[in-house]
Amino acid sequence: MVLEQIPLFPAPALSVSALTRYLRTLLESDALLQDVWVQGEISNLSRPTSGHIYFTLKDEFAALRCVIWRTHAQRLRVALQNGLAIEAHGYISLYERDGQYQLYVDALRLAGEGVLFQEFLRLKARLEAEGLFEAARKRPIPAFPQRIGLVTSPTGAALQDMLNIIRRRYPLVEVVLAPVSVQGEEAAGEVVRAIADLNRREQPSVIIVARGGGTLEDLWAFNDERVVRAIAASQAPVITGIGHETDFTLADFAADLRAPTPSAAAMLATPDGDELRQQVRHLAHRLAGALAAQVQENARHLLHLRQRLERASPLRRVGEDRQRLDYLSTWAAHHMAGALRLRRLHLQGLQARLESLNPRAVLARGYAILQRPDGRTVQRVSQATAGEVLHAHLADGYLSTRVESVHPRPPTAPEGGNHA
Amino acid sequence: MPEPWKTVESLSYEEAYAELEQLVQRLESGQQSLEEAIRLFERGQALIRHCQALLDQAELRVRELGPSAAPEGEPPEEEVAP
Repeated sequence: MVLEQIPLFPAPALSVSALTRYLRTLLESDALLQDVWVQGEISNLSRPTSGHIYFTLKDEFAALRCVIWRTHAQRLRVALQNGLAIEAHGYISLYERDGQYQLYVDALRLAGEGVLFQEFLRLKARLEAEGLFEAARKRPIPAFPQRIGLVTSPTGAALQDMLNIIRRRYPLVEVVLAPVSVQGEEAAGEVVRAIADLNRREQPSVIIVARGGGTLEDLWAFNDERVVRAIAASQAPVITGIGHETDFTLADFAADLRAPTPSAAAMLATPDGDELRQQVRHLAHRLAGALAAQVQENARHLLHLRQRLERASPLRRVGEDRQRLDYLSTWAAHHMAGALRLRRLHLQGLQARLESLNPRAVLARGYAILQRPDGRTVQRVSQATAGEVLHAHLADGYLSTRVESVHPRPPTAPEGGNHA
Repeated sequence: MPEPWKTVESLSYEEAYAELEQLVQRLESGQQSLEEAIRLFERGQALIRHCQALLDQAELRVRELGPSAAPEGEPPEEEVAP
């Protein structure tokens, strides 16, 4: 028996776990293995209730265990079945419990799609370089379309979805359907013709190019260069609604607006009737408010004018004058009374003085006034002649007298009497 | 001075709405006589009724584009503008 000689003190043995973990680290640190596409045929497909999917990819010479976690499995668009040739994308790691390396799949496609995809990228780059997808080319979608051209399958659910949405949102519009096949050999040519016909014969406000969801191959017509060019050349702005949210076709890039689905395209092409009703109600409000404000403003003006008019009114002036007159007459009366009193006092003074000069008062004291019969007073003896009749006025009457003789006083006497 | 107005019924929704919007703005500026304001208001009400009627009573019209018989030289189909 020949046993190989074992060193006396060998390197310590690794545990299975440790070795497995080491291998796993090794696999996971390899860049190629962490981001890889693998092509093969499905076998041993298993879908337990956990929602994860297990299968084996194999070709003539080898097999590879694959897992699709539930979160990815839910997003699969390819119906998996044994025997199906696919390309799976993911990373390689190691399932430690079974010591199994496997592919953790996060995306997959039918075999051959990879080639299509390369073709897609090449065409996209070419058209992009030509400027077909530039943002500056995009035209606005009219807010109130009058006619919508629909390029879609006459039998698809997409058509009914779109009609329902348009009917609900904006039934004022007219829809012209240009029926086309949306997949197969004929599709691209029909779509191109439909876009041209709609533009030429209907002058639609907007054209919707739509197709329901499908595989990449199903949507292939919308990556056709002729379709892309027809969309870019359309006189009416074009909205695309092709496939699902995640599908991007070259038609989408060329469109003036890309909608994720046909229904979304119908929504983007039409204003929302409820919103419009709301807008109209809002304007109705503003209209009534504006008129009310106007009326109020006018009423205010009117009131203001009325006040001004009243201030300027002749009635008001008459009133004012009347008041002034009252004042003046009071004033006048007041002053008049004062003046009168003054006069009266004055008069009384004069009267007293006059009284003192009243010759009759003198007469009362025994003096007499001589007057000729014609009324002239005799003041000097020279004014009388002997034999003449004079009236001697006393306080209570007069005496008729005859002058006996005239005796002028000798001029020596200093004190002269002015009285007779 | 009042500008000649088109019959409300002849206006498309877009036209009626645009006119309504403009009219409300004008009325809100308060630059016109009361008489003119009332005239604008009445026009506005008619436009509102028209817009609402269009939205509420419209029936979606759908038709199919016939096959183009001859691609070249064919006169476009007569189409009465809505």
